[in-house]
Amino acid sequence: MKREVPLVITFITGILLVFAFFIPHSPFGDLQQRFQIWYSIVAGFTFLLGLDSLVKHHLKKVQHKRSGWGYSVALLISFFTTLVLGFYSWVVFSSPYDLRAPFQWLYTSVILPLQATMFALLAFFIASAAYRAFQARNLAATLLLVSAGIVMLGRVPVGKQIWPGLPVISDWIMNYPQMAAKRGILMGTYLGAIAMSLRIILGMERTYLT
Amino acid sequence: MIWVMIIGLHPPGGVRAFDTPSDAGGSITINWEVSPSESLDAFLGYRIMRAESTEGPFEEIGYVMKGKNSYQDQSVENRKPYYYRIEAITTEDTVASPVTPPVLASPQWFNTSRLNVLVFTVLISAFVLLYIRRARREKLFIRKIPGLDAIEEAVGRSTEMGRPILYSFGLGLLSDVVTIASLSILSRVARKAAEYGTRLIIPNYDPLVMTAAQETVKQSCTEAGRPDLYNEGDITFLTQDQFGYAAGVDGIIVRERPGTCFWQGYFFAESLILAETGHSVGAIQIAGTIAVTQLPFFIAACDYVLIGEEMYAASAYLRPEPQMVGSLKGEDIAKALIMTLIIFSALFGTVGVLLEHWFGNSAIINTFNQFVDWLEVGG
Repeated sequence: MKREVPLVITFITGILLVFAFFIPHSPFGDLQQRFQIWYSIVAGFTFLLGLDSLVKHHLKKVQHKRSGWGYSVALLISFFTTLVLGFYSWVVFSSPYDLRAPFQWLYTSVILPLQATMFALLAFFIASAAYRAFQARNLAATLLLVSAGIVMLGRVPVGKQIWPGLPVISDWIMNYPQMAAKRGILMGTYLGAIAMSLRIILGMERTYLT
Repeated sequence: MIWVMIIGLHPPGGVRAFDTPSDAGGSITINWEVSPSESLDAFLGYRIMRAESTEGPFEEIGYVMKGKNSYQDQSVENRKPYYYRIEAITTEDTVASPVTPPVLASPQWFNTSRLNVLVFTVLISAFVLLYIRRARREKLFIRKIPGLDAIEEAVGRSTEMGRPILYSFGLGLLSDVVTIASLSILSRVARKAAEYGTRLIIPNYDPLVMTAAQETVKQSCTEAGRPDLYNEGDITFLTQDQFGYAAGVDGIIVRERPGTCFWQGYFFAESLILAETGHSVGAIQIAGTIAVTQLPFFIAACDYVLIGEEMYAASAYLRPEPQMVGSLKGEDIAKALIMTLIIFSALFGTVGVLLEHWFGNSAIINTFNQFVDWLEVGG
């Protein structure tokens, strides 16, 4: 029963959603939206579960002075400061994002710069990954190196200055070989998703029930 | 004003009101031909007027700027007659079109614009079900997927180095099919890790995925006969902020120095930040995603990559039961059908263009265009 009931629920829900995609008439038409709302409600409650896991994990780390416990202290202080400032701004200014609210200051002066810093790191990681990927060790890697070189040069003003044909070749590479490969992968992915969904609806795929 | 008076203001022509097709009811669409007076500077737009009888009274239900020739009235009751007229407005004057015949809104039982999707869904599902049946009678061949074959080697390497394994679902939610596929891979990884007694760390972006991952690992440890190895503290929630998650996982990589990193799920711009940090600590890395834009980054930074559909094939590949293998073969046949359709369409379109160019015969190209329209927008 423990396995059969979820399988029956999955089957009925899956079939209903497939029907809802093709039938606009009530009660099928808004079924997908309704299920999405239910999912959001359930996900909202599980967010508390996530917070519980996060706080408990780091409190234990600090309590037992495990390796790197200092980072856990920093995390807990940041977490509770954000939470308190968020609630304070909500109560006093009606919204945490009010321009006068301390939470807004925390968001624009701390959280946003931290996010931007992490994103900026990407430039350095692209350089190091490109250095390894573009080493011409075999025919495929050489083709990659040559086409990447053309595409990069063709997309900056200096490329056109070097040779006006570079942007044309660059666009051709992006519009034909690149696009064809991308669409091929996408088609395979969509078919894979259909087959996987069918396996889930028919109860063949049961990993999520463990 | 003088200009309007001299040449006169023309109402929009050909006003047509009809029940909005393929909807759940409660909607009427009104189309018209734009007024010839639109070229006047004083022309503002169109006022949509509605009444419940031909005589009126007409009330304004909407307004659109000049250049527009369509409006959808979403405030109607089903099966009740409505009459419409469109008024062209300038800064000084207003002129109304004739009143439309009565029109009733009603809900439809089939969305005809999705007929093309229905045809392909039925075909693909039929192939999958047919091959599942066939797989029960005969052994079907599946090509090797190096990324999945390497799981054992990667777990073994971590064990030899005495380092933990790191597994990430990326930013995928439990409602994403790719996350379900990733859980299948996690199940195998967790089982191998439990057999070898290696620690498995899973930082999560979504609390629901965290719960599913905890259950999967617990089950795998029990199946491997090592329930004592399950540690809930290693499968935690991090944050639902994209770069916060990247920073958190990077911190774990640098501190714990995992021997193996699995990046299996849905990734965005953080993919390379994670994979390059994994590479910097010398971890063997197996990635898998359906995010086409992130695949090049993983290919550049990781040892093995499951490309798109290979992720969905993982559960069937790792658990080669007839029904699972059959569904994979059915998918391959659907792929062959799509490739045939692409080649046929290319030839069909080319022949149509050539016939029109050489002999002035546009019958083939018109049929081809109708076929392409059907593929794009359905019935």
